[in-house]
Amino acid sequence: MKITEQEVRRVAELANLALNDDEIVHMTRDMDGILTHIDKLSELDTANVEPMSQVLYDSEETATLRADVVHKPLGNADALANAAVSGQGYFKVPLVIER
Amino acid sequence: MTIDSIRADLLAKRTSAEEIARAALKFAEAENPKTNAYLTFAPDRALAAARALDRKIAANEDPGPLAGVPIAVKDVILTRGLRTTCASRMLETYIPPYDATAVIRIEQAGGVIIGKTNCDEFAMGSSNENSAFGPVHNPVALDRVPGGSSGGSAAVVAQGTAVLSLGSDTGGSIRQPASFCGVTGVTPTYGRVSRYGLTAFASSLDHIGPFSRTVRDSARLLQVMAGRDEMDSTSAFAPVPDYVAALDGNIRGMKIGVPKEFFDGLASDTGDVIRAAIQTLQKLGCEIYEVTLPHTAYAVGCYYIICTAEASSNLARYDGVRYTRRSESAGSLQEMYRKTRDEGFGAECKRRIMLGTYVLSAGYYDAYYLKAQKVRALVARDYAQAFEQVDAIVGPVSPFPAFKLGEKVDDPTSMYLSDIYTVTGDLAGVPCMSIPAGKTPDGLPVGLQIIANHFNETEMFRVADAFEKVSTT
Repeated sequence: MKITEQEVRRVAELANLALNDDEIVHMTRDMDGILTHIDKLSELDTANVEPMSQVLYDSEETATLRADVVHKPLGNADALANAAVSGQGYFKVPLVIER
Repeated sequence: MTIDSIRADLLAKRTSAEEIARAALKFAEAENPKTNAYLTFAPDRALAAARALDRKIAANEDPGPLAGVPIAVKDVILTRGLRTTCASRMLETYIPPYDATAVIRIEQAGGVIIGKTNCDEFAMGSSNENSAFGPVHNPVALDRVPGGSSGGSAAVVAQGTAVLSLGSDTGGSIRQPASFCGVTGVTPTYGRVSRYGLTAFASSLDHIGPFSRTVRDSARLLQVMAGRDEMDSTSAFAPVPDYVAALDGNIRGMKIGVPKEFFDGLASDTGDVIRAAIQTLQKLGCEIYEVTLPHTAYAVGCYYIICTAEASSNLARYDGVRYTRRSESAGSLQEMYRKTRDEGFGAECKRRIMLGTYVLSAGYYDAYYLKAQKVRALVARDYAQAFEQVDAIVGPVSPFPAFKLGEKVDDPTSMYLSDIYTVTGDLAGVPCMSIPAGKTPDGLPVGLQIIANHFNETEMFRVADAFEKVSTT
């Protein structure tokens, strides 16, 4: 086994997913399957390989900074339009700090 | 209908953009129950755009290169004021406050967006069975999947309920459904089309690309969308050549590579079609060479580390605060996060978030994420070395043709492994496409994959166009 149910429960906490016992069992089996396949990567010696974090290609030097010009922002009403709960121009969430 | 035929009809005043839009919407709505390919229709937006075009035509102004063409957009691409669900319960009522850059450019070019297409939830899947709103049925064989994740976008073009559509590709999500539905689908060079307004799944791998009936139409649609966009810092500055002007049908002397690794695990019915397609290219005067992409066998493992890691970060934003849905039973803040995500995400999204969180968690980063980034460099180097010898690479898109709905849902690992021939292109960021190459004895379409070097879409389209001109499918 590459991963245990206990580890899956810990990862679910980190990922903010409330998985029930049945989901934990299935998730453990599924993650074990793909992690077993992923093990194949250890066959490769990558000690001297530079990691690739983005697509690289030969290109001419280009300015990557845009002109520092003020653009009209989205605006408060549009930004809040999809809020689960909003009020007074803010996103509302459950009480975080008890007084 | 093609872009050119619609344009000719409009300019000759044989019909109006409004008539075309009305007919397209009517036909699409009538046919949709067969396939479930559309999630949302956009009659108001389509008719407003069409009427504006008709005014331009009446005033003898240029209506644009996509004038009046009915276009469907995958429901992970944002459309201002038009519901965009990502095929997820999480975003069932989400109305974007802005348009994706690709959408803006299409509408500026005269394209008429008629609706949003079904897909796998957050573009995660290879069969379109992960949609929260039910699977899409393949129009070629209704008991089979259309492929995924852009299954709806492939299906509407195959069904004729849109002339063009937009998909997104992270590990094969345009090419594989194009192959399964017998249409043309293009994954451009990474950075060729702005990702602004494409809901992020795996940002270093995500692409927007076209579906169409003909190579020429995909080339025209890409032409409109491609080019630097200030709103996406990874979009490329490279100039956009005139793709269509290069399509002269003559590919004599072109060097075509066939990667031997793309024939491991290939179903025989698919392999027969691909080998016949390669013979056709040879008859067209291409020089065929065997090439090697030696790290192909490692690409699926590498891909599923990188894409899940990025997905777990990107999907963290769906927390019950900003994006419509919040669990009604949540008391505390923590409970709100967990219950909202538990109720909002489907099984495949949860699986990928979990795997991504695991590979990024303390103690595992070097073994998984860093290792995968190094293997990604090796996969990219394979392509760089192959393109020193050849102008383009061809092979299969998928190991097998469209499978039956429900056939593979219980085995996620085997579903992941079916991405073997498509993920390498995304990892390297090279342009790739699928064009109809023929059919299996069962009548199922098989796509030929054509891959070119970075920003060499022109060569890719030239091969595809020359093949299409002599192909009987």
